[in-house]
Amino acid sequence: MRKNPASAFQLFGEHSLRTAALPKSYTDLLGRKLFLFLLTVQGLGAFALITLGVILKKSRVARNVIWPRIRQEIVRAGVGLLPMFLFVALALGFLVVGQTVSWMTRFGANQYIGTVMVIVVVRELGPLLAAMLVLARVGTANVIELGTARATGEVEALEALGIDPVHYLIVPRVIGMAVGVFSLTVYLIIGALVSGYLWAFLQDVPLTPGDYFKQLAESLGWLDFALLALKTVAFGFFIAIVTCYHGLAQPLRLTEVSQVAVRAVTQGIIVCVLIDALFILLYLVA
Amino acid sequence: MSETPHIKMLEMHDVAVGTMHDPEKIVVKDVNWTVAAGEFWVIAGEQRSGKTDFLMTVAGLMAPVKGNYRFFGNEVRMFDETRLAERLRVGFVFEGGQLFHHLTLGRNVALPLQYHRDLTDDAADRKAQPLLELMELSPLAGTLPAGVSRNWLKRAGLARALMLKPDVLLLDNPLHGLDTRHAGWWLDFLDRLCRGHEWLNGRPVTVVATADDLGPWRSERRRFALLQNKGFRPLGSWNEMESAADPAARELPGAPHLD
Repeated sequence: MRKNPASAFQLFGEHSLRTAALPKSYTDLLGRKLFLFLLTVQGLGAFALITLGVILKKSRVARNVIWPRIRQEIVRAGVGLLPMFLFVALALGFLVVGQTVSWMTRFGANQYIGTVMVIVVVRELGPLLAAMLVLARVGTANVIELGTARATGEVEALEALGIDPVHYLIVPRVIGMAVGVFSLTVYLIIGALVSGYLWAFLQDVPLTPGDYFKQLAESLGWLDFALLALKTVAFGFFIAIVTCYHGLAQPLRLTEVSQVAVRAVTQGIIVCVLIDALFILLYLVA
Repeated sequence: MSETPHIKMLEMHDVAVGTMHDPEKIVVKDVNWTVAAGEFWVIAGEQRSGKTDFLMTVAGLMAPVKGNYRFFGNEVRMFDETRLAERLRVGFVFEGGQLFHHLTLGRNVALPLQYHRDLTDDAADRKAQPLLELMELSPLAGTLPAGVSRNWLKRAGLARALMLKPDVLLLDNPLHGLDTRHAGWWLDFLDRLCRGHEWLNGRPVTVVATADDLGPWRSERRRFALLQNKGFRPLGSWNEMESAADPAARELPGAPHLD
């Protein structure tokens, strides 16, 4: 059982590991890094499980308070980012799709265009880029907001009022980000594919829209849709977990908030890449 | 619920108190203390004597490092959701108010009731309105905490703790940093709460406040205790404190002197 709110979110021993004197040999240094890594994995895993437990167990508690907060977070991590995603979709179409389409036509490899688009944009670049952008725009704000709330004692205030901080602060963010990353990825992919054709059209590639979209449709399978949904929801969930964990777990002082924000973003990127690798395996097996 | 005096609200036996930052470090030990219903306790202690950690433990926000602590006759269990109703009988007022920065003052005050009763925003606002008026906070109800002075932040913190109509009210250094007019209002208001206030339908509230200056708290109705050198000592009423001629107690600002 958790002993108090501070230790509930604490990486046991991590602080002492970080502040201890620098080890004298490289192997020691490596060992310390490994320990820190394992402690972080343990902490993140525990936090993810606690959050999932609260989402399931308290789905009926205080709906009038939590649901508006979930809506707020979806606006923040989804709707609010739409203009930026429109721009990025245009750029992605231009940088990747336009180039590929025009080169493949030159080599006469037109029949593979759809397949390449699906692999590059739908399976890989779209979801990963969406996750990175949400991490940069909303994830950082998450760490700083929660870190400040923790440092100024707002988390204890919630506990004192009998309000579960995970339910009130974390659950809306996790759901908001999962929904946000999923929806934004869909918009990003559609935008990139359409704008890609536009750029190819401007380069006088002999390809009718009908052919282009027919190829796309033929190379998409049901698995793509299922895995895309799973992957983007996983991205959103884990970005939220990593950023919230670092916001809530550590900063007991205001000066630590900025350090923790940097650490959270780095780990967020690593987690996203690891999830991506896992899904590549799934694609290869399936 | 009608409580007659001498019902034990809080009981501590050989309790040792840790700190929020380092749960293993003990700041106060060997606490033996009983608070009866309707009493008004003032816990005096200098800066860094562990007042806040002590009060957090009393509130059940931290587990005692050792010893036996009972709320309302039951053993305190941390984070036990089945005991939520019991925990909500204790109100906690933080030293700086500790309001939620993303909510307006009005919503801050209404939040505990809104969460636990699952009320809509409008319904919660309506319920909070009389309390805000009572505490003269209505003009500030729509303001975010960042735009409000410390005096009013602390008062909003008190209002938030009273929203759920607690039986025991714990206040962390309530007079610290207040100007004279506000300090006078607090002393008067806390006395009225202790005697039975209309907001709580005349039911007397048990009050425990910490202080670093005893001067403003001087009163025969209140009971005093001292946190010093990792020890906790109940000193009794003001007169008892005066006659006990405790040299340790007399070092605090505002403490009684033997002339």
